[in-house]
Amino acid sequence: MSQANGYTAAHSRLQRVLHKLPLKRINWGRQLVISMPFVWLAVFFFVPFLVVFKISLSETAIAIPPYTALIELEDALLNIKLNLGNYLFLWEDSFYLEAYLSSIRIAGVSTLLALIIGFPMAYLIARSESRTRTILLALVILPFWTSFLLRVYAWVGLLKKNGLVNDILINLGIVSEPIQMLQTDFAVYIGIVYTYLPFMILPLYTALEKMDMSLLEAAEDLGCRPFQSFFLVTIPLAMPGILAGCTLVFIPAVGEYVIPALLGGSDTLMIGRVLWDEFSLNRDWPMASAVATVMLVVLVLPIMLLRNRKEAE
Amino acid sequence: MAVQRRSWFLYTSSALGFLFLYVPIISLIIYSFNKSKLVTVWGGWSFKWYGELFQNEQILSAAWLSIKIAFISASLAVVFGTMAGFALSRMGRFRGKMLLSGWISAPLIMPEVITGLSLLLLFVAMEDLFGWPAGRGTLTIILAHTTFCMAYVAVVVQARMADFDTSLEEAAMDLGAKPSSLFFLVTLPLIAPAILSGWLLSFTLSLDDLVIASFVSGPGDSTLPMVIFSKVRLGVTPEVNALATLMILIVAVGVVVAMLQMRKRPKP
Repeated sequence: MSQANGYTAAHSRLQRVLHKLPLKRINWGRQLVISMPFVWLAVFFFVPFLVVFKISLSETAIAIPPYTALIELEDALLNIKLNLGNYLFLWEDSFYLEAYLSSIRIAGVSTLLALIIGFPMAYLIARSESRTRTILLALVILPFWTSFLLRVYAWVGLLKKNGLVNDILINLGIVSEPIQMLQTDFAVYIGIVYTYLPFMILPLYTALEKMDMSLLEAAEDLGCRPFQSFFLVTIPLAMPGILAGCTLVFIPAVGEYVIPALLGGSDTLMIGRVLWDEFSLNRDWPMASAVATVMLVVLVLPIMLLRNRKEAE
Repeated sequence: MAVQRRSWFLYTSSALGFLFLYVPIISLIIYSFNKSKLVTVWGGWSFKWYGELFQNEQILSAAWLSIKIAFISASLAVVFGTMAGFALSRMGRFRGKMLLSGWISAPLIMPEVITGLSLLLLFVAMEDLFGWPAGRGTLTIILAHTTFCMAYVAVVVQARMADFDTSLEEAAMDLGAKPSSLFFLVTLPLIAPAILSGWLLSFTLSLDDLVIASFVSGPGDSTLPMVIFSKVRLGVTPEVNALATLMILIVAVGVVVAMLQMRKRPKP
C-alpha cells in the first residue's frame, strides 16, 4: 500500500517537473523541418572544408589514403604533426602564384566580355513585348539546360585547324592559312563566355526589367544625351544585376577545369586544372587541399561575404 | 534619330549574341548527320551515327547510371531543398537562420573542383572512421549531387514563396488547420510549380555534372559525362554528336512545353 503511495507521489513529482520543462512547447515538426537540411549541409558542405584544411596540413605518403595522419598516439605519446610545407611550397614555387593570377586574369576578362555581349541582349529582352520576350528568354535559357560538356565540345569542332571558323575565314580571304585557335587562351575565353553567358543575361534582365523607363525620358528632358543617360541612369539602376551576373560568371570561371582541359593548350594555366592534376596525376592530396584552401580563402570567401553584406543591406 | 541609331546597334549586337549562342549547337546537330567519319569532310546525310550510338554498350550503360543518379539526387534535393526554403521564408526567426541561409546558397557559387575535392576527402575520412560509405561509387555521387542540387531547389522555392502573400495560409490557420495539414493542403499546392522546376533543374544539373562526379566516383562507376569526356579528349567523335542532338531535342521540347504552359496559365 505504502509502496503504491510512494509511486503516486513520485509520479506526481515527475509530472510537476515535466510541466516546468519546456518540452511541450517544442514543436517537433518545426524542429525537423529546420534541422534536416541543416544537418545535411553541416555534414556534406561544412565539415568537408574542415577535412580539406586538415589534410592540407599533412604530408603526402604512399598509402591508402595517400597522406599522413596529423595526430598519432605512440607509446602513450600524443604526436601532433602539422606540416606547413604545402603552404610554404605554394608561396615559394612561382608556378602556383602564376596559376592563381592567370586564373583571375582569364576569369576577369571573360566576365567583362560576357557583360559586354550580354548587356545589349538583356536590354533588348527587357524592352520587348511580352510575346517576343517569352521567346527570347526561352532562347537564352535553352542552352543553359543543355549539357555544358557538349556545348564546350561543340567549340572543339568549330575552332580546330580545319573547322568551321577557319573555313569561313579562309573563304572570306581574311587569312590565307588556317590559324591555330584550339589549344590557346583565346579558345578558353570563348569557351567561358559561351558557357556562362546565360548566367550573365538572366540577372541583368531581371534588373533591367524593373527599370522605370520614364526615368530615361526625364533624363532626356533635362538635357542628357543618350550615352550620358545610359551611364548616369541605366547603368546605376542595373548595378544589382551587373554585380550578380559578374559573380555568377567570375567564380565558377576561376575554378574552371573542363574548359581549359578541352579548349586550352598545355600552357593555359588555371588553378582548377592545377588542383585537378595535383589530385589525379600526382596523387598529392595534401597539396591539392592546400591549393583548394588558398583558393577558397583568397578568391571565394571575400566575394561571398561581400555578396551577403549587399543582400543584408 | 538618336533612338533609331541606338536600336539599330541594339538589334545588331543582340542578333550577333544569339548567333554566338546557337551556331555551336546547330553545328553539333548538323555534323551528327554527317556520313563521313572525318567530321571535317561532309560526306552526305546519314543516320549511321545514331545506329552506332544505340549499339555502344559503354555509352548506354553510363547513360542509364546517370539517369538513375539524377533521378534519386533530384528527388532527395527536392525534399531537403523545400524544407530549407520553407524554413527560411515561413518559420520566422530561429537559431542558426543566418548560418542556414549562408550554407544553402554557398554551393551555388562554389567552384566545382573545391566541392568535388572536399566531398571526396570527407567520404574517405568517413570510411576511415565509421566504415560508411564503403568505397566510392553511385552512393557517393548521389550524396554529392543532392548537396549541390538542394541549394538550387531552396532558391527556387524561396523565390516562389516570396511571390505570394501569406493570407491564404493565415486563413487556413484561422480555420484551425494544423501546421502539417496547412503545409500539405495549402502551401504545397501553391509552391508545386517551383518544386517541379527545382526537380527538373536538379535532374539536369546532376545529369550534366562531370567534375564533382569524377572526384567522388569509384573506378567502376562512370557516369555519362565522364564517358563523354574521355571520348572527347581524344578528338571529335560523331557518336557524341548524335547523343548531343538527342539531348538537345529533348530539352528543346521540354522548354517549349514549359513556355506554352506558362502562357496558358493566367498570371496572378
